[in-house]
Amino acid sequence: MNRDHDGGKTIDGHHSFSFNLNGDEHQGEAEPRLLLSDYLRHHAGLTGTHVGCEHGVCGACTVLVDGEAVRSCLMLAVQADGHEVTTVEGLTPEEVPAATPAEGNGTAGNGAAGAGGVPPLHPLQDAFWEAHGLQCGFCTPGILMTLVPFLEENPDPSEEEIRYALSGNLCRCTGYQHIVDAVLLAAQRQREAGE
Amino acid sequence: MKPAAFEYHRPESVGEALHLLADIGDEGKILAGGQSLIPVMNFRLAQPAVLIDVNRLTELDHVSEEADGTLRLGAMVRQARLEREAAVARRSPLLAEAIPHVAHPQIRNRGTVGGSLAHADPAAELPAVMVALDARFRLARAGGERWVAAGDFYRGLFTTALEADEMLVEVEIPPRPGDAGACFLETSRRHGDYAMAGVAVRTTVDGDGRLGQSRLVFLSVGDVPVEVAAGQVTAGEPPSEELFASVARAAAAELDTVADIHASAEYRRHLAEVLARRALAKAAQRAAGESA
Repeated sequence: MNRDHDGGKTIDGHHSFSFNLNGDEHQGEAEPRLLLSDYLRHHAGLTGTHVGCEHGVCGACTVLVDGEAVRSCLMLAVQADGHEVTTVEGLTPEEVPAATPAEGNGTAGNGAAGAGGVPPLHPLQDAFWEAHGLQCGFCTPGILMTLVPFLEENPDPSEEEIRYALSGNLCRCTGYQHIVDAVLLAAQRQREAGE
Repeated sequence: MKPAAFEYHRPESVGEALHLLADIGDEGKILAGGQSLIPVMNFRLAQPAVLIDVNRLTELDHVSEEADGTLRLGAMVRQARLEREAAVARRSPLLAEAIPHVAHPQIRNRGTVGGSLAHADPAAELPAVMVALDARFRLARAGGERWVAAGDFYRGLFTTALEADEMLVEVEIPPRPGDAGACFLETSRRHGDYAMAGVAVRTTVDGDGRLGQSRLVFLSVGDVPVEVAAGQVTAGEPPSEELFASVARAAAAELDTVADIHASAEYRRHLAEVLARRALAKAAQRAAGESA
């Protein structure tokens, strides 16, 4: 078949595409049937995006596309073409800052100061760490990626709003209470930092 | 890889998409938000030979109000956007009330108005709401188009009036009368799950406090959105709990509910009756508030 605008198709049925991945321009090539979740894990090597149910129920594969939380198992990799994708790896800088032993034991827990060669965590990750918002951690990347845009839109969320925001993410360990606590803590710190 | 192999096309205009559809016919499937299609492809319950990805069709991305109060929604408007659009809250409170029940926030960020309507899942909220609102759908094909009323669009389980070479491109919601009130309610096991039963209700209350005819359209109780005749008897009646209860009873009696793993037929009918009574009472209350 000879049709125009077939999404950058190459001879062997693969499609080439390019998108912004965690701040960097990324060139990719894949069969159109490859899911974005599988592309991120197996081709881009970003295994922080977890794959659970693969039909849009569990939320473990949630990433940001143009700043909005979406299921990466319900998108084709070729559909990322021209868009901005942020995975959990994109929440924190890649470079580990030099250890600064005097820091790192304040209210911000492990992360914010980046003490002892540990990469600094995103404030939300830091709150999860401190409030025990995870146990096995499988659901955590998807939950973080759901909540980052949520907290931007809702800087002072109620517990009910947090639970509603979490309705698309399954966690089988925590019973959710410590996740809610972590979000409340992160929101409180975010507000205090903004004051 | 989860889905079976397919040929992928990403048209840049509606005209190009329609030519592709005309060319491909039954073998092709339109990929809108993908929140229903990709799951069934991941399970290989669907194995379309050709996908036409319409996500680049920005000309179908409009939400507009006309001077007379008509609301127009492009087929590719994301469901999440309906939650934020002031025009939707103003012109169609019923739609605004139903949207938060559509799956989860992450799904609504991607899922589209046209995709949900054309997919025709009987448990979906938007089809029932559009039937209750007397919406019309614009179906385009290469070299032509037609309008189909939402009530005529749904033909059976996942089956609509769309021909293989047609695409749903726009939804038109007529103006809301000033004395109208509406309510959407559903019950699901967990928030965001498909409803075991749900109902969209519209009614009116005139200056003398009397109801007009009421519209009751149910979801998840049959193969298509199910409108019952029971609401007609409210015309000329003053609102009362007894009236709402008897309408709800009659409405539930009209339904031919079926059992599945989520609910028995009897439980569905029970839910339908309770939801209808509550939604009708709330719609009448809202209508009275607006006409006062």
